Amino acid sequence: MPEIKVTPLGAGQDVGRSCILVSIGGKNIMLDCGMHMGYNDDRRFPDFSYITQNGRLTEFLDCVIISHFHLDHCGALPYMSEMVGYDGPIYMTHPTKAICPILLEDFRKITVDKKGETNFFTSQMIKDCMKKVIPLNLHQTVQVDDELEIKAYYAGHVLGAAMVHIKVGSESVVYTGDYNMTPDRHLGAAWIDKCRPDILISESTYATTIRDSKRCRERDFLKKVHESIERGGKVLIPVFALGRAQELCILLETFWERMNLKAPIYFSTGLTEKANHYYKLFITWTNQKIRKTFVQRNMFEFKHIKAFDRSYADNPGPMVVFATPGMLHAGQSLQIFKKWAGNEKNMVIMPGYCVQGTIGHKILNGQRKLEMEGRATLDVKLQVEYMSFSAHADAKGIMQLIRMAEPRNMLLVHGEAVKMEFLKGKIEQEFSINCYMPANGETTTVTTNPSVPVDISLNLLKREMALGGPLPDPKKPRTMHGTLIMKENSLKLVSSEQALKELGLNEHQLRFTCRVQLQDPHSDPDTLHRIYTHLKSVLKGYTIQHLPDGTVMVESIVIKVSSSAEDPNTKVLLLSWSYQDEDLGSFLSNLLKKGLPSGLC
Amino acid sequence: SAALHVDLCKATNSTDALQYLLQFARKPVEAESVEGVVRILLEHYYKETDTSVRLKIASLLGLLSKTQGFRPDCIVDDIINTLCNEKSHQVLAQLLDTLLVVGTELPDSPAVRQRLVQVSCKHLSDTYFGVRNKCLQLLGCVGTWKDTLGLLRDVQSIISDYFGDQDPRVRTAALKAMACRLLSDDYEQVRSAAVQMVWVLSQLYPESIVPIPSSNEEIRLVDDAFGKISHMVSDGSWMVRVQAAKTLGSMLQVSPHFLEQTLDKKLMSDLRRKRTAHERAKELFASGEFSSGRKWADDAPKEKLDTNTVNLIASGACGAFVHGLEDEMFEVRIAAVEALCQLARSSPTFAEKCLDFLVDMFNDEIEEVRLQSIHVLRQISTHITLREDQLDTVLAVLEDSSRDIREALHELLCYTNVSTKECIQLALLELLKNLNKYPTDRNSVWKCLKFLGSRHPTLVLPLVPELLSTHPYFDTPEPDMDDPAYIAVLVLVFNAAKSCPTMPALFSDHTFRHYAYLRDSLSHLVPPLRLPGRKQVLGLDPVDSGSASGSVESAQLFLQQSLNRISTIQNLEAPGAQDLLNFTIRDVQRLGHLQTQLSGAADFCATYLRCQLLLMKALQEKLWNMAVPLCLKQNVTATAAARQILEETYKLEFLYGGLENRQIATIHHVRLQAKALQLILSARTRQGLDPLISSCEKFLQEIEAFQRSFLTELPHLHDSFVDKLLELKPRISACSSVELVKILQTTLRQSGLLQLRLPEQIHRATATIIEPTGESDNPLRFTSGLVVALDIDATLEHVQDPQNTVKVQVLYPDGQSHVIHPKPGDFRKPGADRHRLITQVYLSHTAWTEPSQIEVRLLLSYSSASSSLSSSKHLGWSDSSDGLQSPEAVVEGTIPFSKPVKVFIMPKPARR
Repeated sequence: MPEIKVTPLGAGQDVGRSCILVSIGGKNIMLDCGMHMGYNDDRRFPDFSYITQNGRLTEFLDCVIISHFHLDHCGALPYMSEMVGYDGPIYMTHPTKAICPILLEDFRKITVDKKGETNFFTSQMIKDCMKKVIPLNLHQTVQVDDELEIKAYYAGHVLGAAMVHIKVGSESVVYTGDYNMTPDRHLGAAWIDKCRPDILISESTYATTIRDSKRCRERDFLKKVHESIERGGKVLIPVFALGRAQELCILLETFWERMNLKAPIYFSTGLTEKANHYYKLFITWTNQKIRKTFVQRNMFEFKHIKAFDRSYADNPGPMVVFATPGMLHAGQSLQIFKKWAGNEKNMVIMPGYCVQGTIGHKILNGQRKLEMEGRATLDVKLQVEYMSFSAHADAKGIMQLIRMAEPRNMLLVHGEAVKMEFLKGKIEQEFSINCYMPANGETTTVTTNPSVPVDISLNLLKREMALGGPLPDPKKPRTMHGTLIMKENSLKLVSSEQALKELGLNEHQLRFTCRVQLQDPHSDPDTLHRIYTHLKSVLKGYTIQHLPDGTVMVESIVIKVSSSAEDPNTKVLLLSWSYQDEDLGSFLSNLLKKGLPSGLC
Repeated sequence: SAALHVDLCKATNSTDALQYLLQFARKPVEAESVEGVVRILLEHYYKETDTSVRLKIASLLGLLSKTQGFRPDCIVDDIINTLCNEKSHQVLAQLLDTLLVVGTELPDSPAVRQRLVQVSCKHLSDTYFGVRNKCLQLLGCVGTWKDTLGLLRDVQSIISDYFGDQDPRVRTAALKAMACRLLSDDYEQVRSAAVQMVWVLSQLYPESIVPIPSSNEEIRLVDDAFGKISHMVSDGSWMVRVQAAKTLGSMLQVSPHFLEQTLDKKLMSDLRRKRTAHERAKELFASGEFSSGRKWADDAPKEKLDTNTVNLIASGACGAFVHGLEDEMFEVRIAAVEALCQLARSSPTFAEKCLDFLVDMFNDEIEEVRLQSIHVLRQISTHITLREDQLDTVLAVLEDSSRDIREALHELLCYTNVSTKECIQLALLELLKNLNKYPTDRNSVWKCLKFLGSRHPTLVLPLVPELLSTHPYFDTPEPDMDDPAYIAVLVLVFNAAKSCPTMPALFSDHTFRHYAYLRDSLSHLVPPLRLPGRKQVLGLDPVDSGSASGSVESAQLFLQQSLNRISTIQNLEAPGAQDLLNFTIRDVQRLGHLQTQLSGAADFCATYLRCQLLLMKALQEKLWNMAVPLCLKQNVTATAAARQILEETYKLEFLYGGLENRQIATIHHVRLQAKALQLILSARTRQGLDPLISSCEKFLQEIEAFQRSFLTELPHLHDSFVDKLLELKPRISACSSVELVKILQTTLRQSGLLQLRLPEQIHRATATIIEPTGESDNPLRFTSGLVVALDIDATLEHVQDPQNTVKVQVLYPDGQSHVIHPKPGDFRKPGADRHRLITQVYLSHTAWTEPSQIEVRLLLSYSSASSSLSSSKHLGWSDSSDGLQSPEAVVEGTIPFSKPVKVFIMPKPARR
């Protein structure tokens, strides 16, 4: 039986360094090539030695597909393609291709320039790597080679995130990457058609969570900001450059517009500016509202949001500032925080998760006195708020996607093992399909039942038509005779004569002969005649001939009679038929074994 | 199982056996012994003669095959065998039901499925409806699984054959089997049609009971359908989602239990139950702690959930609206909001529940959705009382920059019930803020406060000293009377004081003075109050609401009596008739002023009577007795009267809404009379026969047209002008034009007054221009030859189809007039029978030496063609081919229906 093999090199029962190998119909595909944020050693990249111990990967992989630009999905790409070595095609969507190198470069700078690591990929490597990328469009079917085709679907999550449908012959796999089933302010919801893949590989970050409506959270957020601004306070929102930042910008921008507010909103410069530029360009990837209104005004051309300058932090009056990084551990956001922390009118809103040890984490836990470097302490008087804006599908969303795609098997990655276990149980219970959750390096094998297309010769079909019978119905199977030729990866169904001719073989006749003993007191010719009349009465509609040479012919079946040597009453009938008349022949032999009826003359 | 066997063998008669079986049914059976039990039951089944016992056994078989861990494929053959030998229809139906259970337990065996389909096809020809019903169910269920490709088509055609069954129950089952199957079709159009089909079914047979497959429960069909359609709200195609959401709104018969599920969403985080933000807000409110600062992890999950109880796939109606309201496409969201509205209007408890969700929708990114949800909340606001935190969210929208949103919200606040005095204070504060930010909202805000005050007098009472900033010992400075904010506060207080007699005691002196001023200047906002030391002018103000409601009926009676009195006038020349008409017109007009509900009807009567009066006067002129050359002067007044009557009839016909065919006939009758008068007059003055002949012909045509279009009304027009003319018709059509004029003259003078019968409701179309106010002394300056845009804001009441009929007229001092047709998009519909026109008109003129005023007014355009078409529609197109009037008879015109507003403008000469 043909099988599909899936091996996660990363993200198997884990979050981070997504890298999944799929073997389908003789093709090997790598899905995502990410890094792990939690490690700084070799564990940060997937273990490519699983594919080959030495040498380049090109001959082992048919293609690499990157689902979106987050570093845990594309961070190891330059390392793999340039340092390990891979020259085959890399597929990603247009926005991903545009934004990915910016993030990689930023990541490289931090690792090499700030932390001083060596043996890391260089800027040139990133450029070389990006040259190998082939961009994808939504719903565009791309032929990687003659058999392998891929198609991207919208996934929400971040700009340019895609789910990929990989198809070889009639076998197919869908890889979701990260996706979001609820729309937000700038992106739509993931959608896939009922493609019924053999395996659906889905992320499961929020396998055990069902989330509240987004609207409540947004309303809360806006209300908090609005109140603070009305009091004349300053609001600091620490963000990471891409993704949520844009969502919050849109949210505030439209709110400012709606409410006719005048207080300035600033966005710290740098990386974000470049990214915003791409958001402006890739309007087709955003949600309905932005898509519909961009003709009048591109929503990413912010009217109220301006670039931030360090000196603005001391300006009097209310303002809102988005600053990087998101956990208040360094950089601009920390500087601004220090300036504003003393005033209880001000507010800081943490829109995401904060790692333990960062200032963000401390203040979220209610710490009001912070120790800064140099023994100085900082009194935190400003209000601290937490808002969770996350763009992964929750458990209900995952189930919804399964319902949409109707896969035959399910495979969970990108989540914690315990949570996956729960979801796995639920999926098996609700959909009664198999669900797998392999760990890193563990291979899951799924056997498939693909249909194999066969060419059929026109002559054969015409002959079949000429035989009559009901008109062919495309929905009903029908049996016919023919010869299947397997030759050089192609299958052909032709008539046997043609097959013989094509293969240069001689035709062999196959005849069955059979003796039937019969008790009959008559002479041989009489017996033969009796048989003739008997058959004539039984087999109506068949040509039965009594030949002068002492045989009876039924179609092509020959019947001869001879007396046995010992007992003249025991007649021995000799039946002989060709392979084509097997049905009739065996019927006759059975009939004659029962003997002749006595009433015959 | 052995015990059962013994029992069954012991049982001598069927009742005993039945008892044993019933006992047995209550006991649990282990998976291993199921097969044994089944064998024993079957054995007994073959021997049994009593149908009830066989029925019980059959149902037991079904129950048993549901046992966990038991593969029922081994008993399929047995059941099918028994099926073939069974004679009783009930037992047959039960056996098929058992097979249905078996079928659902064995979804992955094509062989079993094949057999089941065969069996059910065979029994479809049964005479008993129950059997056919079960067969169709079985087919629908078995056919649902994919990869039965070959079967699929057959099943479909088989099921569709039964759409024409003679038994409605069977038809239902057939349709249902089909529709439910199609809900999971691959193609969106099919799914969409299936949603519709399920809906139609649920409307046709809402109360029939359907079983839920794979369990023993039975539910109403409408509930089942509701669940199925709810499921489609999370479909992959947005067209289907829209359709499903819309459909849900119209399923009002659904039981409340299912309805409330649609808003249900269990949250969890790491397998722990979490409360939704709505629940948290409610608790916070209940605990008295309002607006707490958000803490890190205050939404931390609490109790641990059992993994088995968590239901990830929304079964049935669960959370349908939660999904719908969060949908990506705004079309779906709007449909969901509308559906919520419809359902909430019919169920107060549901209205209470969906409140939080609707309030959330106020924050949607698309303005249309926000507007719609505000409207919806207004529509259901009779059912609900807003909590303080909810009100807070609602009020936040007052700062929206879109005027539509703000006005919709004002409208909403007019109808809202709030629970505490803090709410009132909050609302007032926010409204004043709004007024400050957007001064153009003045009228709307005042109106809103008027209703807020009159709705919550007791809540306003404790706030009064604070609102009016009075102090028990000290005199406080008198506030500025022109301050819109102060007026707003006064409007709130005065309206509350109307039903709260203790309140005026709290007013200070200047408040009373301000009351008197406002009562005069803003009488529509400030109600009449019974104030101490102040005399009521009797009869002028219907002071207390109690007598006002009673007086509506008495006023109605009075109106009717006045009309009856008029009907005593025998003919137009009766002595004293003119005086009577004069007095009645005066009475009726006054009544209209006093009783606003009847003003439309009163106006209508008065105008009608005035027409009659004019006609009477014209006919009583002495001119008829004089020689033609001597009476030129009188002729002029009579001609003017005729023209005025014509004009008035058009007003009568097009300005008033709610007219019935009968009134229209009466109006046309008056018009005909006026035309007759015109004809007579022109015959007297004009020399020459040719124009006379043609106008006579025209008049005859009109009589015919009248007869045609008001055929049904003719009996009511007994003894009237037309009636008499029609009697003389053979003579008229034959005689010469001079003779015709003579006949007309006598009939006109002899015909009686046609009595007016009032329809239920008459509304006069009115328009008020709110902006420009006409108060400004600063001329609008612009360069001549260029244009200046003038903002116009007007409310229209009782205007049908304003997009096509309402026009703006601009009159320049030099007599030039422009008629501007506003864009259809400039009309909004804030309420029933109410429209609002917010538009811009462009003005331009050559240079003037000094500023001067132009007049702006609204016109209602009409065309008699449209009315005659609509009246012939009433007749059912009986003579549609010649019923259409000839184009020359179509009269088009406009009626000014708003007070003109003067605007000061000044076109300056262009600078070179």
